[in-house]
Amino acid sequence: MSTSPTTDERVKKASFLTRALRRTEVGALLGAIAIFILFTSTDTTGNFAKLPGIAGWTDIAAPIGIVAIAVALLMIAGEFDLSSGVMVGTTGLLVGVLVSKLGLNIWLAIIIGLVFAAGIGFINGFLVVRTKLPSFIITLATFFILKGANFALTMIITGSVRVTGVEKAAGYDSAKTIFASTFKVGDQNFQISLAWWLLLTILATFLLTRTKFGNWIFAAGGDQNAARNAGVPVARTKIALFMGTSVAAALVGIIFVLRLQGMQAGQGVGQEFYYIIAAAVGGTLLTGGAGSAIGASIGAIIMGMAYIGIPFSLWNSDWTSTFLGAILFSAVMINTYIGRKAAGGKR
Amino acid sequence: MANTTLELVDVEKSFGSVIANSGISVKVDAATVTCILGDNGAGKSTLIKTLSGVHKPTKGKYLVEGIEVNFNSPRDALDAGIATVFQDLATIPLMSIWRNFFIGNEIEKGFGPFKWLDVKKMKDITKQELLAMGIDLRDPNQPIGTLSGGERQAVAIARAVHFGAKVLILDEPTSALGVRQSGIVLKYVLAAKERGIAVIFITHNPNHAFLVGDRFYLLNRGKLVQSMDRSNANIDELTKAMAGGKDLELLTTEIESVRKK
Repeated sequence: MSTSPTTDERVKKASFLTRALRRTEVGALLGAIAIFILFTSTDTTGNFAKLPGIAGWTDIAAPIGIVAIAVALLMIAGEFDLSSGVMVGTTGLLVGVLVSKLGLNIWLAIIIGLVFAAGIGFINGFLVVRTKLPSFIITLATFFILKGANFALTMIITGSVRVTGVEKAAGYDSAKTIFASTFKVGDQNFQISLAWWLLLTILATFLLTRTKFGNWIFAAGGDQNAARNAGVPVARTKIALFMGTSVAAALVGIIFVLRLQGMQAGQGVGQEFYYIIAAAVGGTLLTGGAGSAIGASIGAIIMGMAYIGIPFSLWNSDWTSTFLGAILFSAVMINTYIGRKAAGGKR
Repeated sequence: MANTTLELVDVEKSFGSVIANSGISVKVDAATVTCILGDNGAGKSTLIKTLSGVHKPTKGKYLVEGIEVNFNSPRDALDAGIATVFQDLATIPLMSIWRNFFIGNEIEKGFGPFKWLDVKKMKDITKQELLAMGIDLRDPNQPIGTLSGGERQAVAIARAVHFGAKVLILDEPTSALGVRQSGIVLKYVLAAKERGIAVIFITHNPNHAFLVGDRFYLLNRGKLVQSMDRSNANIDELTKAMAGGKDLELLTTEIESVRKK
């Protein structure tokens, strides 16, 4: 024990800043603040930093955030879900058809929608752990299968690419209160989806950092074999997380179908990348093993701010995706750099 | 000597027509370090896997505290108090030290179905247990990847000890480490021994084995070729036996004939 204390001293020397930066979401938070300042200064409406503007960008951020949180958890466990975007449409369409064509009570339809989504998630997860194929491929297949089915079945059932008439369903008013109503802050109406998003951020953060299951998520993504050797049920953990992303997407589908009183067959397609961007910007490692739910939510805020801030600044909003791409690249670069610094140059 | 914790009697392990181990009889006592030495291909890996419950012996007996056992999985062996620390699969680099320490054995508190991690307790235990092994950690929150290879081995050893291992199997713990780091690990091997644990130390480095071992078994071509107690062993003999005596002479002449060309 004569030599190691001195090396310990050197290893353990960590400034407050380094310790703060070890938290994966700090980089994203700094980015969000920078983008907030940017759009507040370029804003031409004077509303960006006020309640109407905030209501606008949180409304964009909430549905992205709800799914991005679940996607982040899955990515921490080392897997992808590319079918998360299309699941929004699938569930919305399913609920819409069940109430408008079969006349089901909307609550029953919502429960069926959630169970169906959980089932799809289970199949994704089961196939990934069983076949050991990359989840990228398996969920890409699910994505295309569902995308085609959404269009084909909607056309067969409704004769158009849209399901309508949801507002006439039994139980619509009570369901709308829970999933698609608004609440007032000052004079400004905020969408209830914001509350769902905040609730899920808190729950997911607790799950990830303060429960056994959360520990298993990190372990499964950090090193599957080591986790398995230590007695972690890696397969079960991953399947549960695939079910989580599907159900989170279904929740957003339900929110949309109630708010829009119907759904387009193409709803949600392409959104899967927004969720992955939000999670990655929020510091979730694409190789698994690190990340946070708060980070994913901050990533969603950044996307919401871009969607509102660009038109508010009177910039050409055709460039929104380009802006997000640049944000994604710089955020991941910075996160990686910070991560290396914080780990003491070891990885 | 002290009471025998683990014993193999005339164990054979074959895979189809390949006999990986045969006629292996070893005794492992509590509070001692038993070294199993052998060069690559000597059958060490098969023996470790038999001991840790991955393989079942084809023939022979496996006794734990005098009772014959029949392990179906590493989990069974673990439940019987036989913990194996594999060299590369020990820890998860990005996770904090305390999370690594308790992975798969998390302590929870709460009521009914609502349970959450008792983080403070786990951090305290991690600190204490590592201190007992002679590792003074200031911050159990840091990712375990920031520790050196030797320290990570030490955490894995401390973890096995804490979760009630009676037998600790160390698979080449020093082979990937530098001289100083190896020294640190060997010190923890002795610390585990002092806590009454039967340590099985598998290595191909006779120098490391000789530093900590109480009993030495030599494997070659799947068979036990020699066994020595500390009292009648010396390092030269170990090294020579390891290198395979005659094989080395043969190799020397062969290499010389190649060099002459």
